[in-house]
Amino acid sequence: MSHFFSLDILIDQVVNGLTIGGIYALIALGYTLVYGILFMINFAHGEIYMFGSFGGFAALTYFVNSGFAGRHPALSIAAAFIVGMIVSSILGAILERIAYRPLRDAPRLSPLISAIGASIFLQNVMMLVIKARMQIYPDIIEERFIDIGPTSVSYFQIFIILASLLLMVGLYFFIQRTKTGKAMRAVAESKEAAALMGIDVDRIIMVTFIIGSALAGAAGVMVGIYYTQINHMMGFIPGIKAFTAAVVGGIGNVVGAMFGGYFLGLAEALGVLVMPSEYKDVIAFSLLVLVLIFKPRGIFGEVVSDRV
Amino acid sequence: MGIIDQLKEKIPVPAKGYLAFLILLIALLPPLIGNYWTQILGDIGIYVMLGIGLNVVVGFAGLLDLGYVAFFAIGAYGYGLVASPQFGIHIPFWAMLPACVAMAALGGTLLGIPVLRMRGDYLAIVTLGFGEIIRIVLNNLDPITNGPRGLLRIDPPMIGDFPVNNPMRWYYLILVGILFSVFVADRLNNSRLGRAWVAMREDQDAAGIMGINILKTKLLAFTIGASFAGMGGAIFAARQGSIFPENFSLMVSVNVLCLIIIGGMGSIPGVILGAVVLIGLPEVLREVQLYRMLAFGGLLVAMMIFRPTGFIPSARRKLEFKK
Repeated sequence: MSHFFSLDILIDQVVNGLTIGGIYALIALGYTLVYGILFMINFAHGEIYMFGSFGGFAALTYFVNSGFAGRHPALSIAAAFIVGMIVSSILGAILERIAYRPLRDAPRLSPLISAIGASIFLQNVMMLVIKARMQIYPDIIEERFIDIGPTSVSYFQIFIILASLLLMVGLYFFIQRTKTGKAMRAVAESKEAAALMGIDVDRIIMVTFIIGSALAGAAGVMVGIYYTQINHMMGFIPGIKAFTAAVVGGIGNVVGAMFGGYFLGLAEALGVLVMPSEYKDVIAFSLLVLVLIFKPRGIFGEVVSDRV
Repeated sequence: MGIIDQLKEKIPVPAKGYLAFLILLIALLPPLIGNYWTQILGDIGIYVMLGIGLNVVVGFAGLLDLGYVAFFAIGAYGYGLVASPQFGIHIPFWAMLPACVAMAALGGTLLGIPVLRMRGDYLAIVTLGFGEIIRIVLNNLDPITNGPRGLLRIDPPMIGDFPVNNPMRWYYLILVGILFSVFVADRLNNSRLGRAWVAMREDQDAAGIMGINILKTKLLAFTIGASFAGMGGAIFAARQGSIFPENFSLMVSVNVLCLIIIGGMGSIPGVILGAVVLIGLPEVLREVQLYRMLAFGGLLVAMMIFRPTGFIPSARRKLEFKK
């Protein structure tokens, strides 16, 4: 593998890894937040991300058609993010209310199967809406590059890396510093004790879903801008990978999910240098299996204690 | 008490008459309904076999396996590779059938050893990943599997001098396969092992303390469940005559899981009903094909909320949900 040693490709791949890693991390946070509180895998989280991407897509398309995007490109993109995040949040809240809340005391397989059902349902709703055709994000801002050493990096990548970091820092402070964040931590610790302290547990669970979904929605819009092509199946593979990232970091652990996202993004980007790219998806799954075998609580450890 | 014991002892004489009538009807069905519907019954039949196998893993032992299609693929490619022009080898179906079962069982054991120590929901994701890995490998391992172009002209099974090559003949062969699967699954369910599965599903720690070897019991569920898929796979390959990696997508696993849940987890009559509803109904309602998956998804959610035991719940499950 001669090209492995060429520096510019290595830098390229590291930047690619950080870009996609940030996106994985944002999605992974949704899994981890929900798991931390309900001990369930929100299997439909990938679809929440997909809907967010389409929300941003609809907004951008509207701005382009109305001419607004031509006059205020930056504002349009900001608005697209907000729309995408709102669409995802609403969807997350609806899912929680309809598909998960009635099953909170059911055997553990039930909510998981309900989530699988919701995931299939949402995929097919979108398939009918877009008539199974690939949609193209309108390009509002011309892609430009900045030179870094022997190679150049796209503005989009820098934007995604920074924006995802910003969101994560924001989330971290929200959880650590605000009253609602404190309540979220309390509910994750023990629902009963939190309820006795006067915390509205149902509301906090709803808030958790909304926050996790909003982050996924932002990731969806980023992916739309970065890869430009989106379709109704786009949530499946990133969903599994982000789950992998959450597990790698230690599920339930917010910092772990962030780390896991970047770790997985970099592992994939650098893995392509040493093996055929068709097998890229295999890396994530193999990593997942290896972590679960050797470090079942993830690298940073689960925050929640395992229920015996 | 198993289905077979019940048949022997419990069913009153007139019911035996109905049962005999039902069996006769099932046996005489193909000439009455014609080739098209016989073909569809065959499709349903293959799903019944897969459902019975996955039911062992999910319904009896309570392990959520989302990568069941992997074992189906092992069975199908196991037969297809040595009974087609791909390598010019033509081993008879009846020799390969047990081999395919064995290969799938081995696959189940090998996957089971590392993953079975995981908790329920991790297991679901890892098996899902494994199912996808198998498909990606089949797609990219061109020199062996012929990649996306698939394996073509796979030999049909021979019974004496007759090739099993039309829907009618397949109907009976699949029927025998189903009867065999039902028999084995029913015996298992009422064996010492079957009770160990249920005990483990209900409370792993308590079962362990009672002397059940948890890892071994789980591994057996995985292995036995996989072997049904191996049989189904070999039959599928021989029946289709050509197989492609796309035949083994995640949707197969999801379909099989759905039919178990809709029918009633852990219940063998439930599996049969689930397969008829899930695979057969869309054929009847051709126009709504587009909305089929939409309805599946919605149905799964509704089922979990309103009737988590399925349409024909197993007696044990019913008790479990009552508490």
